[in-house]
Order: sequence, then C-alpha cells, then structure tokens
Amino acid sequence: MSTLTVLFRQMTFALAFLAAMFTAGSAMAADPIKIGLSMALTGGLAGNGKAALLAIQMWADDVNAKGGLLGRKVQIVHYDDQSNPSTVPSLYTKLIDLDKVDLVVSPYGTNLIAPAMPVVMQKGMTMMSLFGVGVNKQFDYDRYFQIMPLGVDSGYAIPNAFFEVVKAMNPMPKTVAITGADAEFGKISTDAARDIAKKMGLKIVYDRSYPPASVDFAPIARAIQSANPEVVFIAGYPIDSVGLFRAINEVGLKAKLVGGGSAGPQFAAVKAQLGPMLNNALGYETYVPSEKMNFPGIQDFLKRYQDKAAAQGIDPLGFYVPPFIYAAMEIVGQAVEKTKSLDQKALAKTMHENSFPTIVGDIRFAKNGEWTQPRMLMVQYKGIEGNGVDQFRDPARYTVLYPPAFKSGDVIVPYR
Amino acid sequence: MRTWQFFLISLAIALAGFFAARLYQNDYLFFAGYVVLQFIVMATAWNILGGYCGYVNFGSAAFFAMGAYTTVVMTKLPAFANRHLPEGLAEIVTAITPPSMPVLIILGGVVAGLVGLGTGYLTLRLRGVFFAIATLALAVVLQTLIVNWDFVGGSRGAYVIRPATTAWLNINYIEYLFLVMLILVVVALTTARAIERSRLGYGFATIRDDEMAAEACGVPTLRLKLVATTLSGAFMGMAGAPFPYYIGYLEPSSAFGLAYAVNAIAMPMIGGTTSWVGPLVGAVLLGTLQQLATVTISSAVSLLIVGLLLVFFVIIAPNGLIGLFNDFFRRKKPEADEARGAVVKPS
Amino acid sequence: MEFPVELFINALIAGILLGGFYAAVTVGISISFGILDIVNIAHPAFIILGSYIAYIANQRLGLDPILTSILVLPLFYYLGSLIYQVYYLSFEKRGQEALRGLAFFFGLLFVTEVLLILVFGVDYRYVQAGYIDTTLRFAFFDLPMRMVVPFIISMVLLAGLQWFLSKTFTGRAIMAVAQDQLALSLMAADPIRIKRIAFAISIATAAIAGALLIIIQPVEPSVGREYIGRVFAICVLGGMGSIPGMIIAAMLLGIVESITSTFYGPSWAPAVAFGFLLITLAVRPAGLLGR
Repeated sequence: MSTLTVLFRQMTFALAFLAAMFTAGSAMAADPIKIGLSMALTGGLAGNGKAALLAIQMWADDVNAKGGLLGRKVQIVHYDDQSNPSTVPSLYTKLIDLDKVDLVVSPYGTNLIAPAMPVVMQKGMTMMSLFGVGVNKQFDYDRYFQIMPLGVDSGYAIPNAFFEVVKAMNPMPKTVAITGADAEFGKISTDAARDIAKKMGLKIVYDRSYPPASVDFAPIARAIQSANPEVVFIAGYPIDSVGLFRAINEVGLKAKLVGGGSAGPQFAAVKAQLGPMLNNALGYETYVPSEKMNFPGIQDFLKRYQDKAAAQGIDPLGFYVPPFIYAAMEIVGQAVEKTKSLDQKALAKTMHENSFPTIVGDIRFAKNGEWTQPRMLMVQYKGIEGNGVDQFRDPARYTVLYPPAFKSGDVIVPYR
Repeated sequence: MRTWQFFLISLAIALAGFFAARLYQNDYLFFAGYVVLQFIVMATAWNILGGYCGYVNFGSAAFFAMGAYTTVVMTKLPAFANRHLPEGLAEIVTAITPPSMPVLIILGGVVAGLVGLGTGYLTLRLRGVFFAIATLALAVVLQTLIVNWDFVGGSRGAYVIRPATTAWLNINYIEYLFLVMLILVVVALTTARAIERSRLGYGFATIRDDEMAAEACGVPTLRLKLVATTLSGAFMGMAGAPFPYYIGYLEPSSAFGLAYAVNAIAMPMIGGTTSWVGPLVGAVLLGTLQQLATVTISSAVSLLIVGLLLVFFVIIAPNGLIGLFNDFFRRKKPEADEARGAVVKPS
Repeated sequence: MEFPVELFINALIAGILLGGFYAAVTVGISISFGILDIVNIAHPAFIILGSYIAYIANQRLGLDPILTSILVLPLFYYLGSLIYQVYYLSFEKRGQEALRGLAFFFGLLFVTEVLLILVFGVDYRYVQAGYIDTTLRFAFFDLPMRMVVPFIISMVLLAGLQWFLSKTFTGRAIMAVAQDQLALSLMAADPIRIKRIAFAISIATAAIAGALLIIIQPVEPSVGREYIGRVFAICVLGGMGSIPGMIIAAMLLGIVESITSTFYGPSWAPAVAFGFLLITLAVRPAGLLGR
C-alpha cells in the first residue's frame, strides 16, 4: 500500500493547491486604484521590508479613510521577493501584466530595485523607488524617483557628510582609515570616501574591505589601530557594524572620530545592542527626534507606527525607513491628484515639476529622480547608558553635526 | 529512438510550446518560465555528475556564476578596450563584443567547463562526501575572487542593460531569452539522454556503483570522471550565461546564491536521479511550485514547502517520482520483472 | 604593511580564541560525519536553534546562555536520537544513506531555518551577560571575554568528549562502530543503539555551540549557512573522527583567518582558508591527522 496511497494523496493535495492559487489570482474587482510592489518580507532585508510595508499600508488606510484617490479606493498589491533579486523581474511583470496595477512602487534597497528597472522601463511605468543608491546612474530613466535624501550624487551623500564634519574640526585631522563591508552599499560608500579623502588631502593609512560574514573583527580593529589613524570611516551592514564597534572597543582603538557610514545604528535593535559603545560614535540618520526636524505630521505618524510596530515585532522606533516610505506614498498620491489621471508620462512630468509637502518636509526631485539637495544627517550619539531602547526617543541622545540647517551642537573628540 | 530523432522531436515540442505561449501575449509567462527552464538545465547538469556518477556537487552556484560572469566580462570589454587598448585593437574588440547570446552561452559553457575540468583534476583522489566538500570550498574561493575583481564590478555588482527587443528575430527580449533557454533545455536533455544510452553512461554507472571494482575491471574511471565534471560544469555555465541579461544587475551574493545549489540538488532528488526524465520532472514540479508560491503565499512558507517536500520525498520515494512511477507499473506486470530477473521488494 | 611583532602576537591569540570556538561548532560534525559517516549538513541549523533557545531564556528569564545550553542538553539529545531513528529507518537500513541521506539533511536544514524565520522573524538577536562587554588587558595584548569564555567552555566540552570517547565503554564502542560494525555486534553491543547515542551526543553539542555563537555575535536564522563550509572544512582537515586533529585544524583555520585579516586584508580571509582546505584535500585527502 503505502507509497502509492501517499502518491495519490500528494497529487490530490497538489491539484487542490494549484486550483486554489489560480482562483485566488483572478477574483479581484477592477474598481480600486491598484498599487503594486514586491517587498522583502523574508530574507536578509526583511526587517526593513516589513517596516516599509507597514508604512505603505498605513498610507493606504489613511487615503482610503479620506475617500481614496480620484474618488477611487486604493489597493496595495504586494508580493514577497524574499530579498532575492532573481525573483524581482517576474514579480514586476506579473504586477503589471496580470494584476494590471495602475502604479508601481519599487522593492526595498538597491539590489532589488535594479532588477525591477528593465521591466518597469519597458512597460513605461513611473516608479517611486525606496532606498536605492545610484540605481538610475545606470539606467538614466526619466520616470524614476527615489525617496532617500541622498541628493543628485547619491553615493557621495553619506561619506560627504562625514568628511564635512572632519573638515570643520580644529585642527583638521591629517590621517584617515577607511573600511567597509564587501557588498554593494559598503563598496559604494568606501569608494566615495576614498575619493573625498584624497581631494581633502588626507593621508589614507588603512583602506581595506571585509566580508560581511566575518566572525571576529578584532584583527581588523587591531590592524586599524596599528596604522594609527586620526579618524576612522566605517561603511558596513548591521551585523558587522556591531562586530566592528565591539572589536574597536575591545581593542581600545584610539581615534578622534569613528563611524560615519554604517547601515546599522539607524535601527533600534542595533542601537540597543551597541548601547554605550555608540557614545561619541558618528552615524548617519535620515531623521532624529529634534526640534529642527519637527515637520507637520511626523509626530502623529511615528506614534501610530510605533503602536503597530510593537505588535508586529518590527523596528520599534521607526525613525529611519518608515517616515520616508510614507512620504514616498504621499508624493505618489499627491501626484495622482495633481495630474488627475494615471497616465504614467503625465505623472512623471508632475513629479518632476512640483515640490511635495510630506511628513519629512518638502521634497523636490532633480532630473535624475533624486532629491535636489542631499539631507543626510551626520549624528554623534551621546549619553547612552545600558541597552534600553526607550532612551533613543530622547532628542538629547543625538547631536546633529551636519548639515548646518539642522546642526544642534558641536563635535566631541576623541571617540575614546 | 535515436538521439537525433529525440533531439528533433523535443525541439519541435519546445518550439510548439514557445509559439503557444506567445499566443497568450503575457510576459509574466516568459519571466516565470525562464526561471523554471533555467532550473531544468541546472538540474540536468547536476544529475550528469550527481545522478550518473554519484558525485555530489554542492557548488553548483559557482559554475552558474562562472557562466554569468563570463557574460559580464564580455559586456564590460568594449568600454575597457576603448580606454586601455591601442586604437586598432580597440576597434576589433568593440566590433566583436559583446557577442550575441548563443556565443555568450558557448563562452559561458567553455569557461565553466574548464572550471569543471580543473575541479575534476583537483579532486581526482576524492570520493563521496570529500568531493562534495571540495566543491563547497571551491565555491567560496571563486566567490571571493569575483568579489575582489573590480573589472566585473566586484562586490559593488555589475549592471547589464538588456535591450528591449532583439534585432534579428524582432521579438521581445524576454521572449528571446526564454527561447534561448528552451533550446538549451533541449540540448541538455538530449545530451543527458545520449549519455545514458552510450558507453559513457555505462562507464559512469560503474563509477557510481563501485568505483574500485570498475577501476579493477579496466574502466578508465579518472578520465570518465573528468568528462563528467567538465560536461556538468559546462551546462551549468551555459544556464548562467544569459542570467545577467535577465536580472539586469548582477552581484556576487545573488550569482552565488544558495538557491541554485539547493535547487540543483533537490530537483533531481525529487524527480529521480537515474534517468534524464527525473531532473526534468523535478525541476518543472518544484520550479513551478516555487513560482506559484511566491505570488500566492508568504514565501517563508514556500521555502518550507520545498524543504518538507525534499524530506518527504527522500524518505517515502527514494528513487524520486520516476521511481514511484516505475514501481507502480512494475507491480502491475510482475512477469516482466521476472523475465528481466529483477527482484521485487516486499513492502 | 610592516610586520610588528605585537600585532602578530595579538592576531595569533585572536586566531586561537576563534579556533576554539570553531572547534565547539565542529565537534558535532566530527562525531556525526567523522565517526558515523552521517553527512549532517543540518548541524549548523541546530546550532542556531540552540542560539535561539539561549536567547529566549536570556530575554525572558535572564538566564546565562551557557547555563541554558546545559539545561537543554537532554532535549537536544532526544531530538538527536529521534532524527537518527528516522534516518536509520529511511536510509541506512535501505543502504541509501549516501545521496538520499544528504538530501534529507539538506531538507532538514531548510525546514529548521524557515521555522525559525516564521517564529522569530529575521531580526538579529543577541544575549546579555556581564562578561560580554569586558576585556582583560595584559601589557600589549588584550583578551575580550566575549571570545575567552566560549574558548574555555569549548575546551572543557572537548576534553570531556575526548575522555568519554576514549575511556568509557560506550565511548569506545562509538569509536569502534566507525571501524567495524560486525565486530562490534559480535561483542554484544548493538551498533544501531551505539550510533543512535553518538548521533544524539553530536546534536547535544549543538546546544552548547549555539550558546557560544550568540555570545560571540548576534544571530539570525540563516547565519548557520556561513558555518556549513567552515565546519566541514575543519572536520576534513583534522582527519575526520579525530578530536585532537579537529582541534588543531580549527585553530589553524582561526589563525589563518586572523592573520590574513590583520596583515593582508580581511576580504581574502575566506579564500585563503578554503584554498588551504582545497590544497589539503588535493594533496593529503586523509586530513592532517588521518584516522
């Protein structure tokens, strides 16, 4: 008996499964405005992806509560791209061809946005892009818009903010160490940092990348220590940033400034984990609780987000990604209302020509779809005690050093 | 059926399928289909070494990536030539690169095949699990080389912009990629089937069953093993060659993704490793299931399904779906078994 | 870069500490793969499972991760013996362990990982313990307790296992099972039972290795994949079933990684470590201390 019965049981299961899938796809009304996207809900980028999706859904709920766009309800159609770039081309084709979405929004992050571009371009869709660095430099697509406040020369925004702080120090340091993770973001940042440091006439005494999966960072920290730099620029990812900061503290690295370009300290979990190790470290942020950043609507958004995030187990502070995703959707909504149509070419034109008020301030796009001006904050952390998350709600934990418009204090040296 | 007959018939079926698919006017079919086809080639390639010879390759992704990066090198050459080579030479290089897709596939196959040959030489003395671990190590070494090779973008990744249409067929580029992969599937399946029926295949089988005994009987096991690693690697490279055009942006962690290694093993295992039909069935089933699961249910659950299916199949159906199928027909006709002298296991 | 002696000694120490941890991660594989010929590539997934258990106990009850891992040892032991039972009935008994068994563990690796993702999500988790943030300093070198504690625990564990395998009846039977099952059954020891015990022990070590892992670095469900290559490399380098050989191999790998990172640049560390393995395999397949 066994194998045969099992096979049949399996086949009936598979058939039922397939049938369920096909019917699920086709039972949708044509009425609402459909906005399609794939999002990393599993895999390495899922933490950010889930937070981004929550912000998108909050926007859709808010818009629908007010009656929708152009008098139609808004519906979000989303798939999980598993943080895996090779799923993206087929998912966006499905969104556009089969689900017939009216608007598309990009996945989260450069690695996943890039594979969506050829599809989106071929179909002529206007795309709001979420946290991609320098994607459009390759495609030069005039219907691409990106929400992270990096400015036209996107790869340079973060290192530039760091070195502006270095430049303002008195006396100005003469030596720098540059290190970063061997992956797309780390590489772009360290390349830019090297370029800027050379132009400033700094001597680069250490310049090496490391594989993100390294276990022990002490050898790197010691090698940097022995090169004896005055400032250390780090561009890593969350897990290796934690490892590297920990190693720097264990080794007792002596430098005036440390940090700058790591993706990591923006997230509540990493903040909490690093705790006091963050004191005097530099990090980039897109938003910090500060009087100067009190844009209309952001407090209300963060409060609502934080209530929901706690229940879903995602970033409890949500300073870094969610407000900007919400702002991206606000721009999409405003552009549709202004254009009074869903024509992709007209939408792109509207988005190029107007300035959009959002919960993260007024946003205007340059020709390549980036913000006209970069607005990356270079922040120095201070007064952190223990590993609690809640202390990071306090504006006093952050000194904004750059850009001047948001500056809230002076740099403290040395790091240790 | 002769090999050439098989080739022509399957080619005809493939082309008929292609034109039928075109009638749907639906690009999604081609995008999703491309992924499934790519896995058929990967699974078939893995099976040439894994199923026929019994050598488990954990590093399939590395061979796939070799093909993909050969294409990246080709697309980067014109710009490089214009900058660094003397004018006459530069003109020649820009005239011939990047070559058309069939040439890229052949180049990818050659490069990955050479890597396969190298792997074979390096692991001549290794058997069983040691071989599997050596392939795993090889994948890490190759990935590190690519990560540190700036010419192909290194860890920053490389953009490969695909044209909207093809010049000579006047079809959508994704349809072209799909068609190319379809033909590659036919070639791979024909090759696998031809191997099974040739002296090569019997040689492979002796290696799988008892390498020592085969060697003692005068089977040139070392040479056969090199043929298998080369062929298997070459097909994986060919499967990878069009990938940069499919994805548009290639970075090492996606080219060397674990999904390729896992699927290349799981698909033949589920389908059955003893004949060319197994990888085909496994890849179509698992590949389609994955594509469907991605767009319907949470994908963590879809991965869970793959894992559970794999565990389930290796326990319940040790010879894959094909084995189940054969068992089913064998039980119906016991006399045929007796005639062949096969032993029917009591269950 | 010049070659300062202090830096070299520090790199050496870091390598040894790292190697000690690698040894704890590998010992389970040394038993299952090295001695029993069971290719348990799912082992790293069980280590991650151990990490998550340590994390929950630390988060909810404030328990020390190492204490937790000792408390859950029996649980892992039974899990291991259950898995062996399935493995034996489905594969070994039918003589299909080579290819099918491998695929079975491959699937198990996936299932464990995905279940962890479904339950915990993909955020990095970490534990808190007094010693994690302290560093001992002597003259020109420093010893982070985050690495020292796992090193010591690992050495205790390995010494204990080595004693067990060489001095007790069951332990000797386990070593014998690798060589001659028939002879063992003639001595009135059931080889299946012995193998089940050995496999269960190998999974039990994953509980401890998991706790050590989460002390050293934050953990998310797919971190285990990073270790698959390393652990098998170490096991093979060390010459399969030999625990002393494995320790030497683990230290070597740790030292090679650490020295490469310090002097030549960390991005080449994996290639150097695995290149080392490839060459060893090509030149001396029996490993450093072949059995």
